[in-house]
Amino acid sequence: MTKTVLIADDEPNILISLEYLMKREGYRVLLAHDGQEACDLIASEHPDMVLLDVMMPKKTGFEVCHAIRADETFKAMPILLLTAKGRDTDVAKGLAMGANDYMIKPFSTKELAQKVRELLESAE
Amino acid sequence: MLKGMTSQRLLALFAAGVVLFNFPLLMLWDHEVQVWGIPLFPLGLFVVWAALIAALAWVMETREG
Amino acid sequence: MVAPALVVGVTLAYLLILFAVAYFGDKRAEAGRSVIASPWVYALSMAVYCTAWTYFGSVGRAANAGVWFLPIYLGPMLAMILAWLVVRKMIRIAKTYRITSIADFVASRYGKSPLLAGLVTLITVVGIVPYMALQLKAIASGYAVLTLPLGQSMATPADWWADGVLYMALALAGFTIVFGTRHLDSSERHEGMVAAIAFESVVKLLAFLLVGAFVTYGMFGGMGDIFSQALAQDNLKHLLAFDQGQPFAYSQWFTLTLLAMLSVVFLPRQFQVMVVENVDERHLRRAVWVFPLYLLLINIFVLPIALGGLLYFGVDTVDPETFVLSLPLAQGYNWLALVAFVGGVSAATGMVVVEAIAVSTMVCNDLVMPLLLRTRRFGERSGGDLTGLLLGIRRTAIVLILLLGYVYFHLAGNTYALVSIGLISFAAVAQFAPAVLGGMYWKGGTRNGALAGLLAGFVLWTYTLMLPSLAKSGWVSANFLEYGPLGIAWLKPEAFLGLEGMDNLSHALFWSLFANISAYVWVSLWQRPAAREASQALLFVDVFQRTSVAHPVFWQGQAKVTDLLHLTGRFLGEAKTERLFADYAQQVGVYDIGQIPADAKLVHFVETQLTGAIGSASARVMVASVVEEEALELDDVMRILEEASELRVALEKLKSLDHLKDDFMSSVTHELRTPLTSIRALTEMMQDDPEMELEQRQQFLGIVVAETERLSRLVNQVLDMAKIEAGHAEWHNSDVDMREIVQQAVNSVAGTCRERGIALQTELPPQLAPLRADADRLVQVVLNLLSNAIKFVPEGSGKIDVRVRDSAAGVTVEVQDNGIGIAPDKHAQVFEKFRQVENAAGSQQGTGLGLPISRQIVEHFGGRMWLASQAGRGACFSFFLPR
Repeated sequence: MTKTVLIADDEPNILISLEYLMKREGYRVLLAHDGQEACDLIASEHPDMVLLDVMMPKKTGFEVCHAIRADETFKAMPILLLTAKGRDTDVAKGLAMGANDYMIKPFSTKELAQKVRELLESAE
Repeated sequence: MLKGMTSQRLLALFAAGVVLFNFPLLMLWDHEVQVWGIPLFPLGLFVVWAALIAALAWVMETREG
Repeated sequence: MVAPALVVGVTLAYLLILFAVAYFGDKRAEAGRSVIASPWVYALSMAVYCTAWTYFGSVGRAANAGVWFLPIYLGPMLAMILAWLVVRKMIRIAKTYRITSIADFVASRYGKSPLLAGLVTLITVVGIVPYMALQLKAIASGYAVLTLPLGQSMATPADWWADGVLYMALALAGFTIVFGTRHLDSSERHEGMVAAIAFESVVKLLAFLLVGAFVTYGMFGGMGDIFSQALAQDNLKHLLAFDQGQPFAYSQWFTLTLLAMLSVVFLPRQFQVMVVENVDERHLRRAVWVFPLYLLLINIFVLPIALGGLLYFGVDTVDPETFVLSLPLAQGYNWLALVAFVGGVSAATGMVVVEAIAVSTMVCNDLVMPLLLRTRRFGERSGGDLTGLLLGIRRTAIVLILLLGYVYFHLAGNTYALVSIGLISFAAVAQFAPAVLGGMYWKGGTRNGALAGLLAGFVLWTYTLMLPSLAKSGWVSANFLEYGPLGIAWLKPEAFLGLEGMDNLSHALFWSLFANISAYVWVSLWQRPAAREASQALLFVDVFQRTSVAHPVFWQGQAKVTDLLHLTGRFLGEAKTERLFADYAQQVGVYDIGQIPADAKLVHFVETQLTGAIGSASARVMVASVVEEEALELDDVMRILEEASELRVALEKLKSLDHLKDDFMSSVTHELRTPLTSIRALTEMMQDDPEMELEQRQQFLGIVVAETERLSRLVNQVLDMAKIEAGHAEWHNSDVDMREIVQQAVNSVAGTCRERGIALQTELPPQLAPLRADADRLVQVVLNLLSNAIKFVPEGSGKIDVRVRDSAAGVTVEVQDNGIGIAPDKHAQVFEKFRQVENAAGSQQGTGLGLPISRQIVEHFGGRMWLASQAGRGACFSFFLPR
């Protein structure tokens, strides 16, 4: 069965590149331009996994993370944080908010694809 | 120095202690009455004393937010 | 009766255990794993307040005056409520300036006066000797009760060398020497000793509670039983009420409470354990309530034991001060009596050891050293290591203090009750309160004021309390008590100036403190303080406001590092001095001792180190002897203070700048990484996928190019910003016509506006006087406002108006759009770096630096830029440039 991956980022160009990458990997892709849209899509579409940018308008990645984990239905959904700040404190905060893993921008597409695969497998 | 809550609470507690251990509040306990077989005056002093310790412990052990 | 050998054996064994505890504490301290670094141990060490006086004397007092033993413990309760405010400040002051005794505290505060230090020491020694004697008396009479048949008292041996008390005093001196003066430490801390004291506090509490429980529940049927039996007897009933028939009962109650409140802080041993031996200020937080709790516990059984003894033995048969021992003995519980005796020995030795250490430090630093340093042999520029001498003086002082106590015990000890002796000492140390507390909170107190206050208080204390006590012991004729000296009635010591009716303690305390405070305040107000007094006053009163970095150093003159090194070596030893100076070198950022700058800071450092070893007054004299000082005037003090506070402001500014820079770097990093992410991902995918459709490839390449442009724009703007902020930007100023500038900017965006269907209108005055500015920069500013507006107006129906207005003061340019507008609470944010206010499209192609840079440019020419807008009503960015 095809897995669905939600990508949330406020940079349109990053969305375009990640959409292409994830489709090439064989996933169904959902796109969100801000934190609120991401939350709405998660609630309505139940994706199998989420790629979350941290600095987003309306709701930050941390807040989205928190909202996801607060909902019993999505307790086990893998979350991969994409952060451009790369400070230890940000990473620690993200993990504390319930993210499974993080990648620092700019990342290697191969590593990202690998991580997504692993997280989806471990969630089964 | 007196800006924090702790300082103000301590000063208030000190004032309460001084008043409780002196004239005229001290007279409240000075009666020929016994509670649980213990004369009221020493008992009253010990009770006030214990209450002051408890209040002091509370002030010192709760950190200001 | 217990066999004397057993009593001596058990006592010695107990002392050995104490010894082991202290040794263990010292070893752990050397290994860096302190056993006393805990608020609990700290609180227990404060319980050194409970001496043999508490242990035996309280019961005695309760048997005579009922509840009146309590004010001595209610006072500390009240004092501890304020300890977090007052004692913490004392600790901070003592730690910051390396003050190791109460004499040094007073001397240091009032301009490092040797005279004051000496006076405080003298008062302490005179005041504390009776108290030492009290401990010896307690152990001696306890021993007598244990080893002799009930009710029989010990005969004083004919020969002094046969007196066991003398040997006990010497043994205690030896114990004190081993733990108090084994080595010289410039902070005067004794971890082993504190550990032993805490241990003793546990022992005396448990022993007392054990006896209390035995009497209350073993001999009687509980508290209720004792009290009801006592209430049934007319001669005991009154003990349980407040009124014992004394005049001014409430004022006496208050006096006792106040006295105990002051003593718990100003007794030398309390100052030693609370302030000098404090490991961490934060321990005080818990100790302030644990210590009163300890006092409450140790007092619970005092009344039951006293009443039990009186009920059992009858009134006036057995000395109530020995009830703790005699009650178990009378019941045949010899082992319990022995345990109680060990508890009493605990209480006595704890007090003697700490008091002797504290007083010996004072005698050495504040009495002997200042005199020795005046002599040719030790003073000024003579050489030689003096660490051995310092230790020798302290050891001798300890032995002398205990011998003095022994002598007093023989002279006056037998006639006085323990409690009365203790109260005399309490009243003596209470004399320190005005000078110490005044010095901590009032900058106006002067050296002469403190001297006058202490002298007046001390003289009246001697006259109204000490002399009468000697007279009552029969050593001085008691005539002057009855009729006044030379028959002058109004000079009667216990009714001074005709003040009659009060008990002698309240009377003495009132007169001595009244004279003390009055003299202190009035003499202080008489003259302005000298420069050194004023500077020390600032350092003490404002101790919490001074950080170590911006600490003012009140010294000016010239010094040589080698002289200071040599001086320190004499008092602290060569090895330790080397280490101290090496640390200091590292602190000031030089590689070896030779490179240390010989400035005021170094002089201050050396003086502080020496203060720990020989007291502030002697340290001042010694430092002054090896450096060339310039006299410090009051103006200098004010100037130095001002410089220090300027330094502090500068430091805070630097810190906040540093923080800003961190934020800036983190934002730049974020802004650089975002375009790089798209570029890397897209190029990698194109590389991996050679068969990608051409159209797709073209789209991706387009994005890569756009993102690269964004990157270069960002780099340029960051550099621009940095240059402008650092003041390195180049400005090509010429006479510019604002109309041309605006026209130029409008022309360059006209094409874009046409494409997006945006109506762009300009409104320019017919003529405009020129401004002196950089034309290119101004074009950049207007362009920036225009491209911002273009981003925010709706495509197809957008409308942008550019207006230029002239006035006498200068030119105003407005760029008004009909976009989504910006809520007033976000107005400040738009001018912050990297703050992009969210827009409708959700696309942010800006760098977040355009507006901040524009504002910087405008401000560079003395103008200002602002925003007028409300959400949904469009935005109007304006700037004004003065002529």
